[in-house]
Amino acid sequence: MLETFDKVAIRLKVNGKPYSVSVEPRMLLVELLREELNLTGTHVGCDTTYCGACTVLINGATVKSCTMFAVQADGAEILTVEGLEKDGKLHPIQKAFGDSYGLQCGYCTPGLMLSTFQLVTKNHAPSEMEIRKAIAGNTCRCTGYQNIFKAIRLAGQNMKGA
Amino acid sequence: MYPRAFHYHRASSLNEAATMLSQLGDEAKLLAGGQSLIPLMKLRFANPRHLVDLNFVLGTSYIKEEGGVLQFGALTRHSEIENSSLSARLPILHDCAAGIADVQIRNRGTIGGSLAEADPSGDWAAVLLTQKTEVRCLSPRGERTVPLKDFITDAYTTVLEHDELVREIIVKVPEKGSGGAYLAFKRSAPVYPTASAAVQLTMAGDICKDAAIVLGCIGLVPVKAIAAEDALRGHKIDDKAVASAMEAVRVAGDPQSDMRGSAEYKRTLAAALVKRAIEVALRRARGERVEVTHIYA
Repeated sequence: MLETFDKVAIRLKVNGKPYSVSVEPRMLLVELLREELNLTGTHVGCDTTYCGACTVLINGATVKSCTMFAVQADGAEILTVEGLEKDGKLHPIQKAFGDSYGLQCGYCTPGLMLSTFQLVTKNHAPSEMEIRKAIAGNTCRCTGYQNIFKAIRLAGQNMKGA
Repeated sequence: MYPRAFHYHRASSLNEAATMLSQLGDEAKLLAGGQSLIPLMKLRFANPRHLVDLNFVLGTSYIKEEGGVLQFGALTRHSEIENSSLSARLPILHDCAAGIADVQIRNRGTIGGSLAEADPSGDWAAVLLTQKTEVRCLSPRGERTVPLKDFITDAYTTVLEHDELVREIIVKVPEKGSGGAYLAFKRSAPVYPTASAAVQLTMAGDICKDAAIVLGCIGLVPVKAIAAEDALRGHKIDDKAVASAMEAVRVAGDPQSDMRGSAEYKRTLAAALVKRAIEVALRRARGERVEVTHIYA
């Protein structure tokens, strides 16, 4: 007989909006966001805890959402790239990435912007080394790092004014 | 990628987690930070039928100092240690915590999980073996405290019974005049190091009273480089003493050639890391503030 695995009921807030869902224990957080909640701004890149395309914030700390089960997000507050924009206005970080051409193909951009979020909310003027450390877990395969660095510096300045 | 299906059990206390492990048998595994276990499950190298989640147990993530010892709750995240002022009392811990993988992984991964996983390339075990470290373990039969040197017995293997878990890690703060450093080389941020070296030197003036040197990634378990320690202990640490320590490091352990580099390359790398770590440890023993962490290209 086929063994059955009970689903687990969880409640969480994503970008300020409450959700109650029932998930298979093995469902990854990134799959919950993309497949169940239709928040496809969070990307799946390597799916092996390397590239950081799936980075989201959980209770204010960045995590790779391909390396956490959805059941573990029970009670958590999650911020995805869709939560950055407010009332049709781009977030200062999004604006900085646009103004600095901080993206090429754009696949890594949601993750990079959320890693930037964790960095620049605490530190408006990060040094080169601090930026390097902050985005070491985000890979840009277009290798557009020069402009990403510019974007992060500008994001810090934008956040100071915000 | 989906892992094999499993039953999910959320523990509300460590005692309950140990009882769950005992009842569920050896097809159950603990989920702490999950930064090693979840990738292994996704690749189906690990297929536990039951997962016992420790992340909802309150009071398992802390750093305390009491009577000259630091206590770390088993689920203390690497990033909490990185950002704690207490770990600045023991800079070698900061070297390690601030350099493990990347920000996202440090936000999830735990010190207790790292020790219990006992990956031959893990960072914490090598670092903590240079200190007087004990692991407090809990099972339905009660508690026991195991010196870290007896805790890891083989690659991915510890003395933990199947229903036993790590509760706390206890590290004695070294005496004044002692300095340590941890350096690891890795090819990029998110990966395990190619080789690593942890050094703790206790100085009396120019003379090295005591030395602890432990190497990571060059054996199935962290390698205590006894001959390298002997090359320093009781001596003035000059170029000659450092050269003998490096020579001893080159022949210590049994590195395997793999995609990270040849055995010969790892030996050379470990020796160079030890040299640098000795320099930093000496400066710290003199009270200098020096910041180091993992090195990557």
